[in-house]
Amino acid sequence: MEYVIEMLNIRKEFPGIVANDNITLQLKPGEIHALLGENGAGKSTLMNVLFGLYQPEKGEIKVKGKPVRITDPNVANDLGIGMVHQHFMLVDRFTVTENIILGKETTKGGKIDIKKAEKEVREISERYGLAVDPQAKISDISVGMQQRVEILKTLYRGAEILIFDEPTAVLTPQEIKELIQIMKTLIKEGKSIILITHKLKEIMEVCDRVTVIRKGVGIGTVDVSETNPNELASLMVGREVTFKTDKTESSPAQDVLEIKNLKVKDSRGLGAIKNLDLQVRAGEIVGIAGVDGNGQTELIEAITGLRKSESGSIKLNGKEIINMPPRKVTETGVGHIPQDRHKHGLVLDFPIGENMVLQTYYKSPFSKRGVLNFKEIYSKAMTLIKEFDVRTPSEFTLARALSGGNQQKAIIGREIDRDPDLLIAAQPTRGLDVGAIEYIHKRLIEQRDHGKAVLLISFELDEIMNVSDRIAVIYEGEIVAVVDPKQTTEQELGLLMAGSKRKEAGGENHV
Amino acid sequence: MSNRMKNIIVPLVAVLLGVLVGTIIMIATGYNAGAAFTALWNGAFGEIYYTGEVVRQVTPYILAGLAVAFAFRTGLFNIGVEGQLIVGWLASVWVGVAFDLPKIIHLPLAVLAAAAAGALWAFIPGLLKAKFKVHEVIVTIMMNYVALHVTNYIIRTVLSEKSDRTEMIAESSTLRSVFLEGITDYSRLHWGILIALACVFFMWFLLEKTSKGYELRAVGFNQHASEYAGMNVSKNIILSMVISGAFAGLAGAMEGLGTFGYAAIKGGFTGVGFDGIAVALLGGNGPVGIIFAALLFGSLKVGALNMPLEAGVPNELVDIIIALIVFFVAASYMIRIFIDRISKKGVK
Repeated sequence: MEYVIEMLNIRKEFPGIVANDNITLQLKPGEIHALLGENGAGKSTLMNVLFGLYQPEKGEIKVKGKPVRITDPNVANDLGIGMVHQHFMLVDRFTVTENIILGKETTKGGKIDIKKAEKEVREISERYGLAVDPQAKISDISVGMQQRVEILKTLYRGAEILIFDEPTAVLTPQEIKELIQIMKTLIKEGKSIILITHKLKEIMEVCDRVTVIRKGVGIGTVDVSETNPNELASLMVGREVTFKTDKTESSPAQDVLEIKNLKVKDSRGLGAIKNLDLQVRAGEIVGIAGVDGNGQTELIEAITGLRKSESGSIKLNGKEIINMPPRKVTETGVGHIPQDRHKHGLVLDFPIGENMVLQTYYKSPFSKRGVLNFKEIYSKAMTLIKEFDVRTPSEFTLARALSGGNQQKAIIGREIDRDPDLLIAAQPTRGLDVGAIEYIHKRLIEQRDHGKAVLLISFELDEIMNVSDRIAVIYEGEIVAVVDPKQTTEQELGLLMAGSKRKEAGGENHV
Repeated sequence: MSNRMKNIIVPLVAVLLGVLVGTIIMIATGYNAGAAFTALWNGAFGEIYYTGEVVRQVTPYILAGLAVAFAFRTGLFNIGVEGQLIVGWLASVWVGVAFDLPKIIHLPLAVLAAAAAGALWAFIPGLLKAKFKVHEVIVTIMMNYVALHVTNYIIRTVLSEKSDRTEMIAESSTLRSVFLEGITDYSRLHWGILIALACVFFMWFLLEKTSKGYELRAVGFNQHASEYAGMNVSKNIILSMVISGAFAGLAGAMEGLGTFGYAAIKGGFTGVGFDGIAVALLGGNGPVGIIFAALLFGSLKVGALNMPLEAGVPNELVDIIIALIVFFVAASYMIRIFIDRISKKGVK
């Protein structure tokens, strides 16, 4: 048996579009096979075909050499195909064990035999190195742990072939390392894995072969050992992609943002920002590096007026803006690409066009004497949609219907267009593919070159290293070091971020 | 199928299903369903008098529906329309009996008093929601009871001497119209319908065309994004409740200044405020939809009075049929899925 799964020349149409066209994916036993493609390339559609959620118009699926018809997910389960969803399908208030056995409960006299189930869960988790506490409630465990429960669910159901749908999107760097270890153990135990992703680094690290699709069309399958990230990126995007973001030396001028002795409490009333000092100058990008939860969110919220500061000073172009209402801050010249584009960045149920004036709707020419001028609003929206390459059927399409990358481009367009002196970009490329990332980085650097100050917050070290002119490391609510990206390494940053090393800011370092 | 088509078809199917199940019940209980529905139709549109009564009944329904829908469009559930209506009713009658002014001042004053009273009654839950995150559903429900008993108390002790109703409002504050009564064979149809239609326009214009409406809708959909964009979420929540309450208060004025001309002690709720929830739901929370939904409710309510007389069907059964229609509207999700299935098959 050469292949455990063969998807041959699959074609899937939806009204108006061809989501998959002539895609072939062959999975060898015991391999980790990557499925690579941009957002919206058709990766999920293809996997949903394999999982029985969609029926293909053309093509054939073979499991262990035998042609099969997978009419619904139960059939897929019976064939030993299990899916680890990107958005977990777990009952928050149930325990780990209860979630794993859900729908497959072993009963004794009408009662669930929870003891036996827990034993089984323990056995499986030990065998595959998936340490979990079977009695813990889902709501009490971390995202990484929840993902393990998802994996255990598929194993409990006897899956031989596991599909991972963008599993690292929600994980911290540490959790990603652990997941990679888990995947390797699974392979050792005789499982086969399909990994849906657009992160090239992961592919290079764990995968054996990779199948690339672009705009719904199968581009081909290559051995990871015979390729490199650059080649994969150009296969995926269809053109050359540069990883090293091109930029000239920065020429910073006066301080635009000046934070001194800032103290901010988090939502639980605990000190999240303790005595933080930070400057961002005109014409430079300052990257904030740090592990999630070290005060980044509170820092952004304090600057933008979304959270009350306890004490200290935040000056924008010399003007005190601490504890100003968000609108005042915005009008003073701050643009903000928020961390969570769905929660803060967009009103998803508004047309994308109306989202383009979210901060300016009350001003002329969009509004006159309190009455909106939709002609002006939509003509502005059209300009931004064109200029920032937001791919949308029309300016009247609900923001909800756009892909993540296009939603992000819309937000970035809106924020840059307001021409703020300080642009705060919080995780601007989270969940986006290389093409979109490249584009967004270019735009940020362009702002810098126009003499604006840019504050970049990201958990991706690559991004911080590539884009920033200076890196400020945040640890437990303080800036513990300011370093030059050209003179530091990921290792050094990692240590700084973990708080195990402290670099006293002094001399040339402009804290 | 487009969403717009669905928004039209779903309520229609709901009404048909309600009628269908009502028919089955009537047949099962031994009544003549054909005669009953004929009586219902005749009772609503058989004579011009009845039609006048239908329009009169539609008037407060439109306003109550607007009140619920406006709050809903901005992300709030105003279950207190009934209470706001009751205080609006009382306020309008109070102004109507207490002053003696030229009509051009007195009538607008009485109408505005109703709107202000309803607005005030809704301001309290709005404030509690905005400042202390107290859920508006609980507060508005309780405010209904407060409204009922406080107005009864005022009618008994302040506006009358231990009587169970106030005196008639002054001629200068009435909405009644000799002309409208004349052309409808002396129904109680009054000018209020114009106020209701003006409010429909007002709601549409405010929500869809103004920057304030943009803000209210944004807050309704996503408070976080609204805050991020610099909108004052608390203020918008309060404003939304106040406008919603003003609509409800106006619905009360329709009864106080139009239909009745006085306020009487009530043993229980009028029901109009609660029916407003159903009207808003059936009308898809849109201004035009609400007019049609109110029309349906008004004609059912008025036409039903004729069913016991003409077809011998008890009133209770009529209420059951109305309830069934509301049930199917509330269950419109079910109908939507059904329509989706059918139209998908059509595509294949």
